[in-house]
Amino acid sequence: MKYLIGLLAACLFAGSSAASSAAPDTAPDVLVMNVTNEVLEIVRKDKDIQAGNTKKTLELVEAKVLPHFNFQRMTQLSLGREGRQATQEQLKVLSGEFRDLLVRTYSKALTEFRDQEISFKPFKMAATDTDVRVRTEIKQTGGKPVQLDYYLERNAKSWKVYDIEVSGISLVTNYRSSFAQEIRAGGIDGLIRTLQEKNKAADTSSKAK
Amino acid sequence: MAYDMKQTQTAKRLRSAVLLVALAGLLGGCATSGNPKDPIEGFNRAMYGFNEAVDAVVIKPVAQGYDYVLPSPVRTGVTNFFGNIADLFIGVNNLLQGKPDQAVSDLGRVLINSTIGILGLFDVATPAGLEKHEEDFGQTFGRWGVGNGAYVVLPIVGPRTVRDTAGFLLDVTVDPVANVNHVPTRNAMLALRLIDTRADLLPADKVIEEAALDKYTYVRDGYLQRRRSLVYDGNAPREALD
Repeated sequence: MKYLIGLLAACLFAGSSAASSAAPDTAPDVLVMNVTNEVLEIVRKDKDIQAGNTKKTLELVEAKVLPHFNFQRMTQLSLGREGRQATQEQLKVLSGEFRDLLVRTYSKALTEFRDQEISFKPFKMAATDTDVRVRTEIKQTGGKPVQLDYYLERNAKSWKVYDIEVSGISLVTNYRSSFAQEIRAGGIDGLIRTLQEKNKAADTSSKAK
Repeated sequence: MAYDMKQTQTAKRLRSAVLLVALAGLLGGCATSGNPKDPIEGFNRAMYGFNEAVDAVVIKPVAQGYDYVLPSPVRTGVTNFFGNIADLFIGVNNLLQGKPDQAVSDLGRVLINSTIGILGLFDVATPAGLEKHEEDFGQTFGRWGVGNGAYVVLPIVGPRTVRDTAGFLLDVTVDPVANVNHVPTRNAMLALRLIDTRADLLPADKVIEEAALDKYTYVRDGYLQRRRSLVYDGNAPREALD
Protein backbone atom coordinates (compact mmCIF):
# COMPACT_ATOMS: atom_id res chain seq x y z
CA MET A 1 0.00 0.00 0.00
CA LYS A 2 2.77 2.37 0.98
CA TYR A 3 4.38 1.63 -2.34
CA LEU A 4 1.19 2.48 -4.17
CA ILE A 5 0.94 5.85 -2.48
CA GLY A 6 4.58 6.48 -3.29
CA LEU A 7 3.98 5.61 -6.90
CA LEU A 8 0.97 7.85 -7.05
CA ALA A 9 2.94 10.70 -5.54
CA ALA A 10 5.72 10.08 -8.02
CA CYS A 11 3.18 10.24 -10.83
CA LEU A 12 1.86 13.55 -9.65
CA PHE A 13 5.25 15.16 -9.29
CA ALA A 14 6.67 13.57 -12.39
CA GLY A 15 4.21 15.43 -14.56
CA SER A 16 5.97 18.72 -14.16
CA SER A 17 9.62 18.72 -13.27
CA ALA A 18 10.75 15.18 -12.58
CA ALA A 19 10.53 14.18 -16.22
CA SER A 20 13.60 16.13 -17.15
CA SER A 21 15.53 16.20 -13.90
CA ALA A 22 14.61 12.68 -12.73
CA ALA A 23 14.09 13.03 -9.02
CA PRO A 24 15.83 10.14 -7.26
CA ASP A 25 12.68 8.30 -6.40
CA THR A 26 10.87 8.40 -9.72
CA ALA A 27 9.70 4.84 -10.29
CA PRO A 28 11.29 3.29 -13.41
CA ASP A 29 8.03 2.85 -15.30
CA VAL A 30 7.01 6.43 -14.58
CA LEU A 31 10.42 7.60 -15.73
CA VAL A 32 10.15 5.75 -19.06
CA MET A 33 6.60 6.96 -19.58
CA ASN A 34 7.45 10.59 -18.87
CA VAL A 35 10.55 10.73 -21.02
CA THR A 36 8.78 8.98 -23.92
CA ASN A 37 5.77 11.25 -23.80
CA GLU A 38 7.80 14.40 -23.41
CA VAL A 39 10.15 13.59 -26.28
CA LEU A 40 7.38 12.49 -28.63
CA GLU A 41 5.40 15.60 -27.90
CA ILE A 42 8.35 17.81 -28.79
CA VAL A 43 9.03 15.81 -31.96
CA ARG A 44 5.42 16.07 -33.08
CA LYS A 45 5.32 19.82 -32.55
CA ASP A 46 8.72 20.74 -33.92
CA LYS A 47 8.61 21.53 -37.63
CA ASP A 48 12.41 21.49 -37.99
CA ILE A 49 12.72 17.97 -36.61
CA GLN A 50 9.94 16.76 -38.86
CA ALA A 51 11.63 18.32 -41.85
CA GLY A 52 14.66 16.16 -41.07
CA ASN A 53 16.87 18.52 -39.08
CA THR A 54 19.33 15.94 -37.76
CA LYS A 55 21.19 18.37 -35.52
CA LYS A 56 18.09 19.42 -33.69
CA THR A 57 16.95 15.83 -33.19
CA LEU A 58 20.37 14.93 -31.80
CA GLU A 59 20.22 17.86 -29.41
CA LEU A 60 16.80 16.79 -28.19
CA VAL A 61 18.00 13.24 -27.52
CA GLU A 62 21.15 14.57 -25.81
CA ALA A 63 19.15 16.79 -23.50
CA LYS A 64 16.14 14.64 -22.66
CA VAL A 65 17.04 11.00 -23.18
CA LEU A 66 20.78 10.67 -22.53
CA PRO A 67 20.77 11.58 -18.84
CA HIS A 68 18.75 8.43 -18.19
CA PHE A 69 21.17 6.02 -19.87
CA ASN A 70 24.21 4.36 -18.36
CA PHE A 71 26.56 4.17 -21.34
CA GLN A 72 29.50 2.80 -19.45
CA ARG A 73 27.42 -0.18 -18.37
CA MET A 74 26.07 -0.64 -21.91
CA THR A 75 29.59 -0.60 -23.31
CA GLN A 76 30.82 -3.14 -20.77
CA LEU A 77 27.90 -5.46 -21.46
CA SER A 78 28.42 -5.21 -25.23
CA LEU A 79 32.10 -6.00 -24.80
CA GLY A 80 31.35 -9.04 -22.67
CA ARG A 81 34.38 -11.21 -21.96
CA GLU A 82 36.45 -9.38 -24.56
CA GLY A 83 36.27 -6.28 -22.38
CA ARG A 84 38.61 -7.67 -19.75
CA GLN A 85 41.67 -6.79 -21.81
CA ALA A 86 40.65 -3.12 -22.09
CA THR A 87 42.36 -0.42 -20.02
CA GLN A 88 40.36 2.24 -18.17
CA GLU A 89 41.45 4.81 -20.74
CA GLN A 90 40.28 2.61 -23.63
CA LEU A 91 36.96 1.98 -21.92
CA LYS A 92 36.39 5.69 -21.55
CA VAL A 93 37.06 6.47 -25.21
CA LEU A 94 35.05 3.44 -26.28
CA SER A 95 31.96 4.31 -24.28
CA GLY A 96 32.09 7.87 -25.65
CA GLU A 97 32.16 6.63 -29.25
CA PHE A 98 29.54 3.97 -28.60
CA ARG A 99 27.35 6.64 -27.02
CA ASP A 100 27.54 8.79 -30.18
CA LEU A 101 26.60 5.80 -32.32
CA LEU A 102 23.62 4.93 -30.14
CA VAL A 103 22.40 8.52 -29.93
CA ARG A 104 22.41 8.75 -33.72
CA THR A 105 20.60 5.44 -34.08
CA TYR A 106 18.02 6.42 -31.48
CA SER A 107 17.45 9.78 -33.17
CA LYS A 108 16.99 8.08 -36.51
CA ALA A 109 14.46 5.65 -35.05
CA LEU A 110 12.64 8.52 -33.40
CA THR A 111 12.27 10.38 -36.69
CA GLU A 112 11.20 7.28 -38.61
CA PHE A 113 8.59 6.12 -36.12
CA ARG A 114 7.40 9.43 -34.69
CA ASP A 115 3.80 9.08 -35.87
CA GLN A 116 3.19 5.77 -34.13
CA GLU A 117 1.31 5.54 -30.91
CA ILE A 118 3.10 4.09 -27.90
CA SER A 119 1.32 2.25 -25.13
CA PHE A 120 2.71 1.22 -21.75
CA LYS A 121 2.13 -2.24 -20.40
CA PRO A 122 1.19 -2.92 -16.78
CA PHE A 123 4.25 -2.79 -14.55
CA LYS A 124 4.97 -4.59 -11.32
CA MET A 125 8.00 -4.44 -9.08
CA ALA A 126 8.95 -5.02 -5.48
CA ALA A 127 10.30 -2.09 -3.48
CA THR A 128 13.62 -3.90 -3.14
CA ASP A 129 14.13 -4.58 -6.86
CA THR A 130 17.24 -3.03 -8.39
CA ASP A 131 16.94 -4.43 -11.92
CA VAL A 132 13.66 -4.16 -13.83
CA ARG A 133 12.11 -4.34 -17.28
CA VAL A 134 9.61 -1.71 -18.38
CA ARG A 135 7.55 -2.92 -21.33
CA THR A 136 6.08 -0.66 -23.98
CA GLU A 137 4.50 -1.27 -27.36
CA ILE A 138 4.56 0.70 -30.59
CA LYS A 139 1.20 0.39 -32.33
CA GLN A 140 1.44 -0.10 -36.06
CA THR A 141 -1.31 0.28 -38.61
CA GLY A 142 -1.93 -3.03 -40.30
CA GLY A 143 0.61 -4.96 -38.30
CA LYS A 144 1.37 -6.57 -35.03
CA PRO A 145 2.53 -4.02 -32.44
CA VAL A 146 6.30 -3.79 -31.96
CA GLN A 147 7.56 -4.60 -28.47
CA LEU A 148 9.94 -2.01 -27.06
CA ASP A 149 11.32 -2.89 -23.64
CA TYR A 150 13.67 -0.91 -21.44
CA TYR A 151 15.96 -2.53 -18.88
CA LEU A 152 16.79 -0.31 -15.96
CA GLU A 153 19.14 -0.63 -13.03
CA ARG A 154 18.95 1.27 -9.80
CA ASN A 155 22.05 3.31 -9.08
CA ALA A 156 22.77 5.35 -5.97
CA LYS A 157 20.63 8.24 -7.10
CA SER A 158 18.27 7.10 -9.82
CA TRP A 159 17.20 4.48 -12.32
CA LYS A 160 19.28 4.22 -15.48
CA VAL A 161 18.61 2.33 -18.70
CA TYR A 162 21.30 -0.24 -19.53
CA ASP A 163 19.65 -2.09 -22.41
CA ILE A 164 16.80 -1.72 -24.90
CA GLU A 165 15.00 -4.62 -26.52
CA VAL A 166 13.15 -4.10 -29.80
CA SER A 167 10.92 -7.02 -30.86
CA GLY A 168 12.93 -9.25 -28.59
CA ILE A 169 16.25 -8.07 -30.03
CA SER A 170 18.51 -6.80 -27.27
CA LEU A 171 20.70 -3.92 -28.36
CA VAL A 172 23.57 -4.94 -26.10
CA THR A 173 23.48 -8.59 -27.16
CA ASN A 174 23.31 -7.61 -30.81
CA TYR A 175 26.54 -5.64 -30.60
CA ARG A 176 28.39 -8.51 -28.92
CA SER A 177 29.53 -10.41 -32.00
CA SER A 178 30.26 -7.24 -33.93
CA PHE A 179 32.46 -5.98 -31.11
CA ALA A 180 34.14 -9.36 -30.69
CA GLN A 181 34.77 -9.52 -34.44
CA GLU A 182 36.46 -6.10 -34.47
CA ILE A 183 38.52 -6.92 -31.39
CA ARG A 184 39.72 -10.20 -32.89
CA ALA A 185 40.79 -8.35 -36.02
CA GLY A 186 42.46 -5.31 -34.45
CA GLY A 187 42.26 -5.39 -30.67
CA ILE A 188 40.37 -2.88 -28.53
CA ASP A 189 42.03 -0.05 -30.44
CA GLY A 190 40.77 -1.54 -33.70
CA LEU A 191 37.22 -1.45 -32.38
CA ILE A 192 37.68 2.16 -31.25
CA ARG A 193 38.96 3.08 -34.72
CA THR A 194 35.98 1.42 -36.43
CA LEU A 195 33.54 3.28 -34.20
CA GLN A 196 35.35 6.57 -34.76
CA GLU A 197 35.31 6.10 -38.52
CA LYS A 198 31.62 5.24 -38.51
CA ASN A 199 30.80 8.29 -36.39
CA LYS A 200 32.93 10.57 -38.54
CA ALA A 201 31.32 9.34 -41.75
CA ALA A 202 27.87 9.95 -40.31
CA ASP A 203 28.89 13.45 -39.20
CA THR A 204 30.04 14.48 -42.64
CA SER A 205 26.99 13.04 -44.36
CA SER A 206 24.61 14.83 -42.00
CA LYS A 207 26.47 18.11 -42.46
CA ALA A 208 26.34 17.76 -46.23
CA LYS A 209 22.55 17.61 -46.06
CA MET B 1 14.65 0.80 -79.80
CA ALA B 2 13.28 1.52 -76.37
CA TYR B 3 13.03 -2.20 -75.85
CA ASP B 4 16.68 -2.63 -76.79
CA MET B 5 17.76 0.03 -74.35
CA LYS B 6 15.79 -1.52 -71.57
CA GLN B 7 17.37 -4.85 -72.31
CA THR B 8 20.91 -3.52 -72.24
CA GLN B 9 20.18 -1.78 -68.99
CA THR B 10 18.85 -4.93 -67.42
CA ALA B 11 21.83 -6.83 -68.71
CA LYS B 12 24.18 -4.23 -67.25
CA ARG B 13 22.52 -4.39 -63.87
CA LEU B 14 22.56 -8.14 -63.92
CA ARG B 15 26.22 -8.11 -64.77
CA SER B 16 27.05 -5.80 -61.88
CA ALA B 17 24.98 -7.96 -59.57
CA VAL B 18 26.88 -11.06 -60.66
CA LEU B 19 30.16 -9.23 -60.24
CA LEU B 20 29.18 -8.21 -56.75
CA VAL B 21 28.35 -11.78 -55.85
CA ALA B 22 31.69 -12.96 -57.13
CA LEU B 23 33.45 -10.25 -55.14
CA ALA B 24 31.47 -11.00 -52.03
CA GLY B 25 32.33 -14.66 -52.48
CA LEU B 26 36.03 -13.84 -52.58
CA LEU B 27 35.84 -11.64 -49.50
CA GLY B 28 33.53 -14.03 -47.74
CA GLY B 29 35.81 -16.97 -48.28
CA CYS B 30 38.40 -15.54 -45.94
CA ALA B 31 36.07 -13.90 -43.47
CA THR B 32 34.92 -17.01 -41.63
CA SER B 33 35.28 -16.19 -37.97
CA GLY B 34 34.42 -19.54 -36.45
CA ASN B 35 31.11 -18.52 -34.90
CA PRO B 36 29.46 -21.81 -33.89
CA LYS B 37 26.02 -20.55 -34.91
CA ASP B 38 27.27 -19.66 -38.37
CA PRO B 39 29.54 -22.46 -39.66
CA ILE B 40 29.04 -21.56 -43.32
CA GLU B 41 29.70 -17.86 -42.89
CA GLY B 42 31.70 -17.58 -46.12
CA PHE B 43 28.81 -18.86 -48.22
CA ASN B 44 26.29 -16.85 -46.21
CA ARG B 45 28.18 -13.62 -46.68
CA ALA B 46 28.30 -14.19 -50.42
CA MET B 47 24.58 -14.90 -50.55
CA TYR B 48 23.89 -11.90 -48.33
CA GLY B 49 25.87 -9.71 -50.75
CA PHE B 50 23.88 -11.11 -53.66
CA ASN B 51 20.58 -10.40 -51.88
CA GLU B 52 21.67 -6.88 -51.02
CA ALA B 53 22.56 -6.26 -54.66
CA VAL B 54 19.21 -7.58 -55.93
CA ASP B 55 17.45 -5.53 -53.30
CA ALA B 56 19.34 -2.37 -54.22
CA VAL B 57 18.69 -2.57 -57.96
CA VAL B 58 15.22 -4.15 -58.10
CA ILE B 59 13.20 -4.71 -54.93
CA LYS B 60 13.96 -1.60 -52.89
CA PRO B 61 13.41 0.94 -55.70
CA VAL B 62 10.06 -0.67 -56.53
CA ALA B 63 9.07 -0.69 -52.84
CA GLN B 64 10.05 2.98 -52.53
CA GLY B 65 7.97 3.90 -55.57
CA TYR B 66 5.07 1.87 -54.24
CA ASP B 67 5.35 3.56 -50.85
CA TYR B 68 5.54 7.00 -52.51
CA VAL B 69 2.64 6.54 -54.92
CA LEU B 70 0.03 4.80 -52.81
CA PRO B 71 -1.91 6.77 -50.21
CA SER B 72 -1.41 5.30 -46.78
CA PRO B 73 -4.98 3.94 -46.32
CA VAL B 74 -4.50 1.90 -49.51
CA ARG B 75 -1.14 0.64 -48.26
CA THR B 76 -2.69 -0.38 -44.98
CA GLY B 77 -5.47 -2.13 -46.90
CA VAL B 78 -2.94 -4.21 -48.84
CA THR B 79 -1.03 -5.13 -45.67
CA ASN B 80 -4.32 -6.05 -43.96
CA PHE B 81 -5.47 -8.15 -46.92
CA PHE B 82 -2.37 -10.36 -46.89
CA GLY B 83 -2.32 -10.34 -43.10
CA ASN B 84 -5.83 -11.74 -43.10
CA ILE B 85 -4.86 -14.60 -45.42
CA ALA B 86 -1.86 -15.31 -43.19
CA ASP B 87 -4.02 -15.43 -40.05
CA LEU B 88 -5.48 -18.75 -41.22
CA PHE B 89 -2.21 -20.68 -40.87
CA ILE B 90 -1.15 -18.61 -37.88
CA GLY B 91 -4.22 -20.17 -36.25
CA VAL B 92 -3.22 -23.66 -37.43
CA ASN B 93 0.27 -23.17 -36.01
CA ASN B 94 -1.08 -21.94 -32.70
CA LEU B 95 -3.16 -25.11 -32.55
CA LEU B 96 -0.10 -27.26 -33.34
CA GLN B 97 1.76 -25.42 -30.57
CA GLY B 98 -0.91 -26.33 -28.05
CA LYS B 99 -2.49 -22.89 -27.75
CA PRO B 100 -6.12 -23.58 -28.71
CA ASP B 101 -7.46 -20.32 -27.27
CA GLN B 102 -5.07 -18.32 -29.45
CA ALA B 103 -5.98 -20.48 -32.44
CA VAL B 104 -9.67 -19.76 -31.89
CA SER B 105 -8.88 -16.06 -31.68
CA ASP B 106 -6.93 -16.24 -34.98
CA LEU B 107 -9.76 -18.01 -36.79
CA GLY B 108 -12.19 -15.50 -35.29
CA ARG B 109 -10.04 -12.77 -36.80
CA VAL B 110 -10.25 -14.37 -40.25
CA LEU B 111 -14.03 -14.66 -39.96
CA ILE B 112 -14.59 -11.09 -38.78
CA ASN B 113 -12.05 -9.45 -41.08
CA SER B 114 -13.16 -11.42 -44.18
CA THR B 115 -16.76 -10.34 -43.69
CA ILE B 116 -17.15 -7.09 -41.77
CA GLY B 117 -13.61 -6.13 -42.77
CA ILE B 118 -14.52 -6.55 -46.48
CA LEU B 119 -12.26 -9.40 -47.66
CA GLY B 120 -9.65 -8.49 -45.09
CA LEU B 121 -9.01 -4.96 -46.35
CA PHE B 122 -9.86 -3.57 -42.92
CA ASP B 123 -8.60 -5.04 -39.68
CA VAL B 124 -11.68 -4.64 -37.50
CA ALA B 125 -10.76 -7.61 -35.30
CA THR B 126 -7.84 -5.86 -33.55
CA PRO B 127 -9.89 -2.95 -32.19
CA ALA B 128 -12.53 -5.54 -31.24
CA GLY B 129 -9.97 -7.13 -28.94
CA LEU B 130 -8.66 -10.03 -31.03
CA GLU B 131 -4.94 -9.38 -31.09
CA LYS B 132 -2.88 -10.33 -34.16
CA HIS B 133 -0.29 -13.05 -33.60
CA GLU B 134 2.81 -14.04 -35.47
CA GLU B 135 3.38 -17.75 -36.01
CA ASP B 136 4.83 -20.03 -38.67
CA PHE B 137 5.99 -23.64 -38.98
CA GLY B 138 9.57 -22.72 -38.04
CA GLN B 139 8.29 -21.43 -34.68
CA THR B 140 6.13 -24.52 -34.26
CA PHE B 141 9.18 -26.75 -34.71
CA GLY B 142 11.03 -24.56 -32.22
CA ARG B 143 8.20 -24.91 -29.75
CA TRP B 144 8.39 -28.68 -30.18
CA GLY B 145 12.03 -28.51 -29.14
CA VAL B 146 13.75 -28.68 -32.53
CA GLY B 147 17.05 -26.76 -32.37
CA ASN B 148 18.01 -24.01 -34.78
CA GLY B 149 20.78 -25.76 -36.67
CA ALA B 150 23.15 -23.59 -38.68
CA TYR B 151 22.32 -20.08 -39.81
CA VAL B 152 21.69 -19.96 -43.57
CA VAL B 153 21.13 -17.05 -45.92
CA LEU B 154 18.81 -18.18 -48.71
CA PRO B 155 18.75 -16.48 -52.14
CA ILE B 156 16.15 -13.64 -52.21
CA VAL B 157 14.32 -15.14 -49.20
CA GLY B 158 17.06 -14.00 -46.81
CA PRO B 159 18.09 -15.14 -43.32
CA ARG B 160 16.86 -18.48 -41.98
CA THR B 161 18.22 -21.32 -39.89
CA VAL B 162 18.13 -24.94 -41.02
CA ARG B 163 15.02 -25.42 -38.85
CA ASP B 164 13.37 -22.29 -40.17
CA THR B 165 14.17 -23.29 -43.75
CA ALA B 166 12.20 -26.51 -43.24
CA GLY B 167 9.43 -24.45 -41.68
CA PHE B 168 9.54 -21.99 -44.55
CA LEU B 169 9.15 -24.77 -47.13
CA LEU B 170 6.04 -25.95 -45.31
CA ASP B 171 4.75 -22.38 -45.05
CA VAL B 172 5.07 -22.01 -48.81
CA THR B 173 3.49 -25.38 -49.53
CA VAL B 174 0.29 -24.47 -47.70
CA ASP B 175 0.36 -20.74 -48.47
CA PRO B 176 -3.10 -19.86 -49.92
CA VAL B 177 -1.57 -17.18 -52.15
CA ALA B 178 1.02 -19.53 -53.64
CA ASN B 179 -1.77 -22.03 -54.29
CA VAL B 180 -3.95 -19.78 -56.45
CA ASN B 181 -4.60 -21.75 -59.67
CA HIS B 182 -4.66 -18.86 -62.11
CA VAL B 183 -0.93 -18.39 -62.61
CA PRO B 184 -0.86 -14.70 -63.68
CA THR B 185 -3.08 -13.77 -60.70
CA ARG B 186 -0.92 -15.84 -58.38
CA ASN B 187 2.30 -14.22 -59.60
CA ALA B 188 0.84 -10.72 -59.36
CA MET B 189 -0.30 -11.37 -55.81
CA LEU B 190 3.04 -12.86 -54.77
CA ALA B 191 4.86 -9.85 -56.23
CA LEU B 192 2.49 -7.40 -54.56
CA ARG B 193 2.93 -9.11 -51.21
CA LEU B 194 6.71 -9.08 -51.54
CA ILE B 195 6.77 -5.38 -52.40
CA ASP B 196 4.29 -4.50 -49.67
CA THR B 197 6.35 -6.38 -47.07
CA ARG B 198 9.53 -4.73 -48.29
CA ALA B 199 7.91 -1.28 -48.16
CA ASP B 200 6.92 -1.89 -44.54
CA LEU B 201 10.59 -2.49 -43.76
CA LEU B 202 11.87 0.73 -45.32
CA PRO B 203 12.01 2.71 -42.04
CA ALA B 204 13.85 -0.11 -40.24
CA ASP B 205 16.39 -0.11 -43.08
CA LYS B 206 17.63 3.35 -42.24
CA VAL B 207 17.95 2.54 -38.56
CA ILE B 208 20.02 -0.60 -39.28
CA GLU B 209 22.22 1.38 -41.65
CA GLU B 210 22.91 3.83 -38.82
CA ALA B 211 23.41 1.22 -36.11
CA ALA B 212 25.46 -1.56 -37.69
CA LEU B 213 29.25 -1.79 -37.67
CA ASP B 214 29.03 -4.80 -39.96
CA LYS B 215 25.57 -5.16 -41.46
CA TYR B 216 25.89 -8.89 -42.07
CA THR B 217 26.69 -9.64 -38.42
CA TYR B 218 24.09 -7.20 -37.17
CA VAL B 219 21.32 -8.71 -39.31
CA ARG B 220 22.34 -12.27 -38.45
CA ASP B 221 22.35 -11.72 -34.70
CA GLY B 222 19.15 -9.72 -34.90
CA TYR B 223 17.45 -12.53 -36.82
CA LEU B 224 18.56 -15.18 -34.33
CA GLN B 225 17.45 -13.11 -31.33
CA ARG B 226 14.13 -12.28 -32.97
CA ARG B 227 13.32 -15.90 -33.79
CA ARG B 228 14.17 -16.99 -30.26
CA SER B 229 11.86 -14.33 -28.91
CA LEU B 230 9.08 -15.42 -31.29
CA VAL B 231 9.33 -19.07 -30.29
CA TYR B 232 8.74 -17.92 -26.69
CA ASP B 233 5.97 -15.54 -27.83
CA GLY B 234 7.90 -12.52 -26.63
CA ASN B 235 8.73 -13.93 -23.19
CA ALA B 236 12.09 -15.56 -23.79
CA PRO B 237 14.24 -15.97 -20.69
CA ARG B 238 16.92 -13.33 -20.84
CA GLU B 239 20.33 -14.55 -21.90
CA ALA B 240 22.98 -13.94 -19.25
CA LEU B 241 24.82 -10.72 -20.07
CA ASP B 242 27.80 -10.66 -17.72
